[in-house]
Amino acid sequence: MTQKLKDATIPTIPIGARIQRWIGRNLIRIYAIFAFTYLFIPVAYTFAFSFNDSGKSNLIWKGFTLGNWQNPCGAPEVCSALGNSIKIGFLATFFATILGTMIAFAIGRHKFRGRSTSNLLIFLPMATPEIVMGASLLSLFLVFKINPGFWPTVIAHIVFCISFVVVTVKARIASLDPRLEQAAMDLYANEFETFRRVTLPLVAPGIAGAALLAFSLSFDDFIITNFNSGTLTTFPKFIYVSAARGIPAQANVIGSAMFFLALTLVIVGQLVNRRKVR
Amino acid sequence: MGKNRTPYLLLLPGFGFLFTFFILPIINLAQTSTQTRVSGGDTGQYEQTLRFANYVDAFVDNKEQFGRSFLYAIIATVLALAIAYPLAYAIAFKSGKYKNLLLVLVVAPFFTSFLLRTIAWKQILGEEGFLVPTLRSLGIISQSTTLTSTSFAVVMGMTYNFLPFMTLPLYASIDRIDPRTLEASGDLYANGLTTFRRVTLPLSMPGVVAGTLLTFIPAAGDYVNAAILGNPNTKMLGNVIESRYFKIVDYPTAAALSFTLMAAILILVTLYIRKAGTEELV
Repeated sequence: MTQKLKDATIPTIPIGARIQRWIGRNLIRIYAIFAFTYLFIPVAYTFAFSFNDSGKSNLIWKGFTLGNWQNPCGAPEVCSALGNSIKIGFLATFFATILGTMIAFAIGRHKFRGRSTSNLLIFLPMATPEIVMGASLLSLFLVFKINPGFWPTVIAHIVFCISFVVVTVKARIASLDPRLEQAAMDLYANEFETFRRVTLPLVAPGIAGAALLAFSLSFDDFIITNFNSGTLTTFPKFIYVSAARGIPAQANVIGSAMFFLALTLVIVGQLVNRRKVR
Repeated sequence: MGKNRTPYLLLLPGFGFLFTFFILPIINLAQTSTQTRVSGGDTGQYEQTLRFANYVDAFVDNKEQFGRSFLYAIIATVLALAIAYPLAYAIAFKSGKYKNLLLVLVVAPFFTSFLLRTIAWKQILGEEGFLVPTLRSLGIISQSTTLTSTSFAVVMGMTYNFLPFMTLPLYASIDRIDPRTLEASGDLYANGLTTFRRVTLPLSMPGVVAGTLLTFIPAAGDYVNAAILGNPNTKMLGNVIESRYFKIVDYPTAAALSFTLMAAILILVTLYIRKAGTEELV
């Protein structure tokens, strides 16, 4: 017994070996820190250069200023582009969420002929490269002599958002416990009441998540927008076009502000969710 | 009666929309791809002639960009997989109570426009950035080596931009693995590597397949990274399609190229799914 205790306490591991062991044990955590650094380098860069006293072209560090944050619409066009992106994002999210949720309920809740074809039709837009989708839609609009612009862009965004909404909501429906609905029926709720009072509230977080996803996909889309927006400028398009002559620091301000806004929303959402679960 | 009709009524508006604005355009694109220019007509005037040789011409003229698109996309996908797998593993098994926070952090860069981030890379890797002079003074790269406007920059940009698409599905399937299966493997005298190869990896295969597809498909059709981070010699198929549409107004060639790209992607993806052997994708 005493011998054993001695063995357990006495061994002095050389410091080098201990460091080595620590690294071995934490290797994957160290790795994760590097990976996150890689992910955040350009975000940090964008944020840092939002404080650059740069004038028109935000290429070289010229000194610290808060001016860009005080006057985010200071650069021509940047705020109208942002406004267009937000409008398009809301409209596309609204329609894609409704259409996609209906499809998700049909596929997730019913057995019917053509179900696998429906799944394929949902998968296809996700498997189509954006450039093909954007180009094909543009040629359709051209055939019908519809000028590219605001509504064609909204339509294009709905097309690529629907599939993501369906997949997200369907996953939520699949994770529901069917006994909850059976219980509602047992308590004499009819089909509609069960849906409204039990199913829908349970699926709601999935729908909210899908809407958030749709908005961020729409807001950040460039390729499909570029094909169908004509002379209309969205925020990503504004950045792409001004990239050649230098992006005004106000674009960095808006990009960084979006980042912090969305991050706050997500974290608050998670905290609220956690409280609910408790 | 009502039972049978409900799913179809639910599907009708969404599928009507998808048919009109996704299927019809693709059919129309197929038509456009075999048109020829009206002789003596204005720029952008084309007539239906069922000229399938458009495909041959389009392919022969752009086979370099075609090969490059797939080469870059495959390298970027492999790199993203290599970077994302350990990251997803760390989040799933080693992050404890910070799991949700770390997941948010994986998606967070998305919230800054991807164009801004790509341009940030251009400036970080550029001559005025701090990276290139530092690497030069350390002798890691030679004085004449540049990082931006290279195929390296394009592939790196693609890897970076699609990394979250790879990480999330990987995380989803690794997180589902019961840690006890890994312990059991250890109890049966498998070492770490064997456990990974025989237990972890096979169980995470659905995530690997979903992640590689979500990365490869947009990467193969991408032209933004090549346009911002590349040079004329790193042009991909997307760049050609874009310029055929907007600068040259050559719709048939652009359509033929789009179709070839889509067909090639679908064939590759089908082969890959067969090989990887997972049915559950969507």
